[in-house]
Parts: sequence; structure tokens; C-alpha cells
Amino acid sequence: MVRTPVQPTARRQLVKPAAERTSRSQPPRRLILLVATRKGAWIFHGDAKRKSWRADGPHFLGHIVSHLRLDPRDGRTLLAAAKTGHLGPTVFRSTNLGRSWKEATQPPAFAKAPEGVAGVAGRTVDHTFWLTPGHASERDTWYAGTSPQGLFRSEDGGVTWAPFSSINDDPQYRAWMGTVQDGTPDGPKLHSIIVDPRDPAHLYFAMSSGGVHESTDGGRNWATLVKGLEVVEGFDSSTLTFHDPHVVRLCPSNPDRLYQQNHCGIYRLDRPSDEWLRVGRKMPKRVGDIGFPLVVHPRDDNVAWVFPMDGTSVWPRTSPQGRPAVYATRNGGKTWQRLDTGLPAGQAWWTVKRQAMTADAQDPVGLYFGTTSGELWHSPDEGARWSCIAQHLPEIYAVEAVELA
Amino acid sequence: MQVLIPTSLRSYTRVSRVDAIGATLGDVLADLDRQFPGIRFRMLDEQDQLRPNMRVFVNGEAIRDPAHTLRPTDDVSIVQALSGG
Repeated sequence: MVRTPVQPTARRQLVKPAAERTSRSQPPRRLILLVATRKGAWIFHGDAKRKSWRADGPHFLGHIVSHLRLDPRDGRTLLAAAKTGHLGPTVFRSTNLGRSWKEATQPPAFAKAPEGVAGVAGRTVDHTFWLTPGHASERDTWYAGTSPQGLFRSEDGGVTWAPFSSINDDPQYRAWMGTVQDGTPDGPKLHSIIVDPRDPAHLYFAMSSGGVHESTDGGRNWATLVKGLEVVEGFDSSTLTFHDPHVVRLCPSNPDRLYQQNHCGIYRLDRPSDEWLRVGRKMPKRVGDIGFPLVVHPRDDNVAWVFPMDGTSVWPRTSPQGRPAVYATRNGGKTWQRLDTGLPAGQAWWTVKRQAMTADAQDPVGLYFGTTSGELWHSPDEGARWSCIAQHLPEIYAVEAVELA
Repeated sequence: MQVLIPTSLRSYTRVSRVDAIGATLGDVLADLDRQFPGIRFRMLDEQDQLRPNMRVFVNGEAIRDPAHTLRPTDDVSIVQALSGG
């Protein structure tokens, strides 16, 4: 496989970013929250004012649902990445917003190992972890990231999935992925699959562990994108295996700006530069800049939100000091502001996973997060005030906010 | 032959016992997938190995090899491991 340097500035302009198509004068549309949990999925239907919510669920009770996404190109197709404790992984598909579901006929699966070739071990997908709808111009195209790390693409709306051999079977990438022992307690992940809204051939993805990667030719060739990122003290940052990006987000209002929450800090990248800047250094020292989720503003590339986590000592993976808070920057990471009005003032030992925090596109922006303790929280005013939508759900793995016409 | 289906897979079959044909365990699982699309991949991974928490008994004997030969009179029971969590 050839790894060529990429030239982001040479990308062609195909469509306007989603945020440019969003007019502030448009009347509020109906919101739904797609909530994936360790024991099933729920759909929360909100009213136009985001004040009352109706729970629809559970869907797939007992299934471990890692991600639930709506196809923004048709506004009604849902994909759910699911497995159970005993059964293998699959993808469920609904074309009527969850009223009925059908299973993918060919879920993401690695290539079968060649028979009789010593030393070539085939891998098996434990679960599909991440789902990303394809570009607006590529109807029915989806991408999926799996655990252990694998990249897949569907061109028929999620019914059948094909592996990216350029990643999944490449010896260099396999080495960078490390082993299952190098991954998180839930298994190593391929995540943060991003399609540039200006160019369907410009893709990003990240691996925990294994770094951030970029393609400008639809995934035939890839280049690494880890310059400036730190790794755990004492390890060599030139070794991709030691890079652990937790989540990467592209700003819809400026697709040349990306933010990243990493195992080792919060970063910002402004293309065409290929060097990440650690903007989390400005976070309060007692809180630190470790965490999993990061959310970007739909219309302002200087605004982002994070949910810090205790990453000290044995990595408790709780809110620091048991006092949960969102932190916001409004200047690209130069300063950060604590936003905890309405959240528990203490003795709250939950946290938020990397897919479990999101924003809507309304004005002011609504923020949402789901906790490891099964609570669903909402702020209608960009984090200034928080209230709880639901309690007693299973551990929440992912939350997506989508607007329906 | 008759195949006993565990509760976790009855969303596919709707019943606890189904008929399937095949000369090997792998053939029988393929026949089940033909009748109930998707069921095989929940039991066998892409390397054709029985998933860690799935077990198959043939006439009461635990079998993990998909190449295991079967006779039409064999009784096949698919169960999930008794471990919970």
C-alpha cells in the first residue's frame, strides 16, 4: 500500500457544509435523540421547544447497542450496531424511524484467513462500534468502524458491508493496531470516521490505539496525522500504537478545523497544517484535559465542549472529584469555562463515553449527554443550564441528536 | 434432523426446534442460515469458528468443529454458554 502525503487545500468544493444550509430563520423542527445503551436502544422524541420528551423503547432489549444513527439524506433510515453477550455482532436497519427493523444480510466481517498459510491469523469482529453516514452526494453509502479495529463501507444503505483491505489487511496498519491487550477494557476501537462535507473522497478516521489517519482518494491510500500529539510519558510518539485519540470532530462551519479529545489532552488542528496544537493546556489543573467526548458548534468553529474525566492514577473514569461538569471554549481553546449549573454538585461518580455527547443545530444550540449511570441530560442554551431528561436507563454508550422535518 | 434452538436465537426461528439438513455441522448451520437469514453469523465468526459463548451438542456430546460429520438421525442442540453477565 502506498502512503502519500495529502494536500487538503487541493480538495474540490462539491457541496456546502451542512451548517451553511441551516438558516437561523427557519422554524424549529422536531428533535429526536437516538440513545444507544448496554442493554438496548431508545428514541426520545422532543417537542419543538425541546421541553418535553417522549421515550420510545427499548428497541433490542438485551442487545449491546454501540451506536444508533439516522441517515440525514432521507431522514427516516436508522442503523443500529448491535450484539449480545453471547451472540455475534450485527447491524439492524429501519426505514421507518424504528417502527420495524431488518437485519443486515452481510454485517461487517473481516476477510477469512487463507487456509493452510502458517502464521496468518484471521481476525473476527467483536462488535461494530461506530457508524457514519456517507457524503450527501453518495446516497446509501455508510462507513463503520469495529472492535478490533476495522474499517468497512456499505453502498446499499447498510444491508451489506465490505472491508477496506487497505486498512484491515495491511501489515503496517495491523502492527499499529496492536493486540487486544493494547486496547481499551471494552476492546480496541476504530472510530471517528469523518467525511469532508466538501469532498466525498476526503476521509478521516481514528484508532484507539493506532492514531489518526487521512485519505484524499476515497480510502485507497492513507496518511498518518499524528504530528503534535503526545503519548503516555516514557513512550515513543513515533510509534503509532502508542497514540490513543479518543474522538475527533470536524467543524461543520469550517471543515478545515478539527478538534480532538485524546488520551493525552485536547487538541485543535487547522488545515492545511498537519500539526495538532494541545489547547487543553488551558484547562484548570485540578480538572485536567483528559476525557472521551468532544462536541463542536454547528456554526462557530471557535466553540467546542468537552466532558473531563478523572484520568489520574488507575484511571477511575469518573468525573473529577465526583463533580461532573462540561467545559466550553469560545475562542478555539485559548480559554475554557466550567458549565455545571443543574448538574450534581458532588458525589456523582459517573462519566460520559466518547459517542455519548452531542449537539443539535438550533439557536441557541442544545447539548445532550448520556452517562455511564444511565442518565440523559440536556441543556437548551449551549451548556449554561442542565436538566435531566431520563434516569435509570442502562449504561449509555451513544447519544445522537437529529432534527426531522 | 431436528435442531434445538436457544432462546437467544428464537427471534430468527420463532420456535424451539427446527428441521435442517447437512452432512456436517457446518452444513447444518448453513442450512439454518438459508432458512433464517443472519442466524449463522450470530453463532459462527468469519473464520468459521464457533463463537466463544456458543456451544453445540450432538447426541449429548459437545462439538466445536464445523467439519464434524452428522447422520440424519443425530440430535443437534445449540445452546449458549451458561455463563451470565
